[in-house]
Amino acid sequence: MSAVTVSQVRKRFGETEALAGVDLTVDEGEVVGLLGPNGAGKTTLVRVLATLLPPDAGQARIFGLNVVDDANAVRRSIGLTGQHAAVDELLTGRENLRMFGELFHLSGRRAGDRADELLDRFDLADAADRPARTYSGGMRRRLDLASSLLVRPRLLFLDEPTTGLDPRSRNAIWEVTRELVDDGTTLLLTTQYLEEADQLADRIAVIDHGDIIAEGTGDDLKDAIGGQVVDVVLLDPADRSRALEAVPAAEPLSDPRRFRVPVAEDSALGVLGTVADTLRRIGIEVHDLGLRRPTLDDVFLELTGDGPAGGAASDGQGGADTSSTTAGDGQGGAHASSTTAGDGQGGADGSNSTDDGAPSADAAEAGGSARGDDDDDQEAVA
Amino acid sequence: MTTSTTSEPGAAGRPRADTAAVPAPTHLGGRIYWQGRDTWTVTKRNLRHFVRQPRLLVFSTIQPMMFVVLFSFVFGGIAQVALPEGVTYIDFLLPGLFVHSAAFRSTQTAVGLAEDLERGVVDRFRSLPMSRAAVLSGRTLADLVRSLAVVGLMIGVGYALGFRFTEGLLAAVGAVLVVSLFSFMMSWLFCTLALWVPGAEAAQTAGFVFIFPLVFGSSIFVPIETMPDWLALFAANSPLTHAADAARALSIGGEALRPVLLSVAWSVGVLAVIIPLAVRRYRRIV
Ligand SMILES: Nc1ncnc2c1ncn2[C@@H]1O[C@H](COP(=O)(O)OP(=O)(O)O)[C@@H](O)[C@H]1O
Ligand SMILES: [Mg+2]
Repeated sequence: MSAVTVSQVRKRFGETEALAGVDLTVDEGEVVGLLGPNGAGKTTLVRVLATLLPPDAGQARIFGLNVVDDANAVRRSIGLTGQHAAVDELLTGRENLRMFGELFHLSGRRAGDRADELLDRFDLADAADRPARTYSGGMRRRLDLASSLLVRPRLLFLDEPTTGLDPRSRNAIWEVTRELVDDGTTLLLTTQYLEEADQLADRIAVIDHGDIIAEGTGDDLKDAIGGQVVDVVLLDPADRSRALEAVPAAEPLSDPRRFRVPVAEDSALGVLGTVADTLRRIGIEVHDLGLRRPTLDDVFLELTGDGPAGGAASDGQGGADTSSTTAGDGQGGAHASSTTAGDGQGGADGSNSTDDGAPSADAAEAGGSARGDDDDDQEAVA
Repeated sequence: MTTSTTSEPGAAGRPRADTAAVPAPTHLGGRIYWQGRDTWTVTKRNLRHFVRQPRLLVFSTIQPMMFVVLFSFVFGGIAQVALPEGVTYIDFLLPGLFVHSAAFRSTQTAVGLAEDLERGVVDRFRSLPMSRAAVLSGRTLADLVRSLAVVGLMIGVGYALGFRFTEGLLAAVGAVLVVSLFSFMMSWLFCTLALWVPGAEAAQTAGFVFIFPLVFGSSIFVPIETMPDWLALFAANSPLTHAADAARALSIGGEALRPVLLSVAWSVGVLAVIIPLAVRRYRRIV
């Protein structure tokens, strides 16, 4: 039996169509990452599945049970850790867990034992008797996750479990998540980070504007957008045109000091070395040079030729402003496949790729500036 | 556009999650039991909230005691002339103030519920297989417990100022029960209000708008015979007057049966209408 079956689910809030006919299946024991930018509809979908929000149309079933008609039965087999910690601020960590345990209909003693176990496991034992109000963001999130686990759920929803967390808390959450999965819990996890989905999920579903626009493994998605790049920031923008001529397959970015070089499978060190050697040879100094993984922005630009719905930068790459990218030449794609293949001197030099409508992923780097500016900059420098 | 799904689901080879969830109660007895236990769990939570919010603690303990002192001294002199022979103002006032404090405390019920609805914790309550109505019944029950404690404190202060129950222990207990029932009814009333008026501030404002005229247009502070005719007519039919008169008669003597019956009838009648209404509304909006 499928753990989750969603078919043609729609949900509208006034003018906003938060879910525009979503189809999704999650098998029992599977870990699915729902990847999408702010406002894509992730939380709305999770809330529908967790019986918190009735869909306007379509059907959602959890272990074969309808989330509307059999809501109470569904609630017995799910756990939910939402984007905002749903714990009681005035109660201590221990009191919170005991209360939720009792409301899960454990006996008082069992709820107490379970609370102690979870406090230990989530590294909250020291803070167990302090009000949750005094907890840090990471502690609160851990308490929230623990609250979902008083009775081991067959299916756990994690809505952006690590957004805004420090690395230690993030690792703790990832670790517990993996343990749960090893124990057979089915997991539907939402995230804005490809990295996170890739780390935890068997399969990733990309959601945008309330619609699933792609599904596959992390590798599938990364392949689709061309894998890693060497990202170079020069000390002096005046050097860029020379650098673009000298470095094979270099592509300019909107920041006049930056350009990037796509990396084919297993050639990261080679390309890194070539770039460094070449720049050193022609006497150009860099401010920064490194390997960069594809970001969510890249995935989106590649998949939709459009910016993320919310326009908000998801991972510190700077806001890929929607307006700057919609002009896009469709799916782009050119940059990834053509340039990685043509590892050599091939035609894909900087000005070229800019002229024929810069690869859409460039706009991901645009930091909000319009494509037009990009071209202008390029010409000015060239 | 959709890229193809090439991954294989990780289901194979993994053990099924062992879920220890208690099965759903199928018969009525089981449902009532869990309804009661969930209510008690939420009640404990709300009582903890109560003692951990200094603002609330002051509002609902110090303030009623202060009112006992202030009203009895400030109005004692002028009110005395309107009172029957041998009745002191503190005797007259204290049973009325039970009702007064219950009425004002109920605005806190509305605020508390409105705050809960804005808090994330309600989301968790909703995703648990608990009784939904327990959020309401747990709140009103906690308020009832609090109400008893406050009445106890007020009696203590009243005794220090010369108040005495004159009708025996049973009648005194009866007075507290009538007031508690009234208080419980007001809690539910204001829960209901909070479910229709969005936001804690609004709930509080709406509460005061109702409460002020009701409290002063009643026999809580002065005998209604002293009021202008139109106001006396309003006050004579107010449930607050019935509650105050009942508590007063059971405390210090006077005709008790009629106000007690009226007060209990009001409370039970309102509860019978409003509890199903509130529960239905809660299920719908949350
Ligand atoms: N309660 C609501 N009222 C109005 N609009 C909402 C509500 N919840 C979500 N939305 C809108 O629906 C869209 C999807 O939101 P959401 O599911 O929260 O996205 P995500 O979790 O992916 O960031 C957004 O445009 C958001 O503004
Ligand atoms: Mg969200």
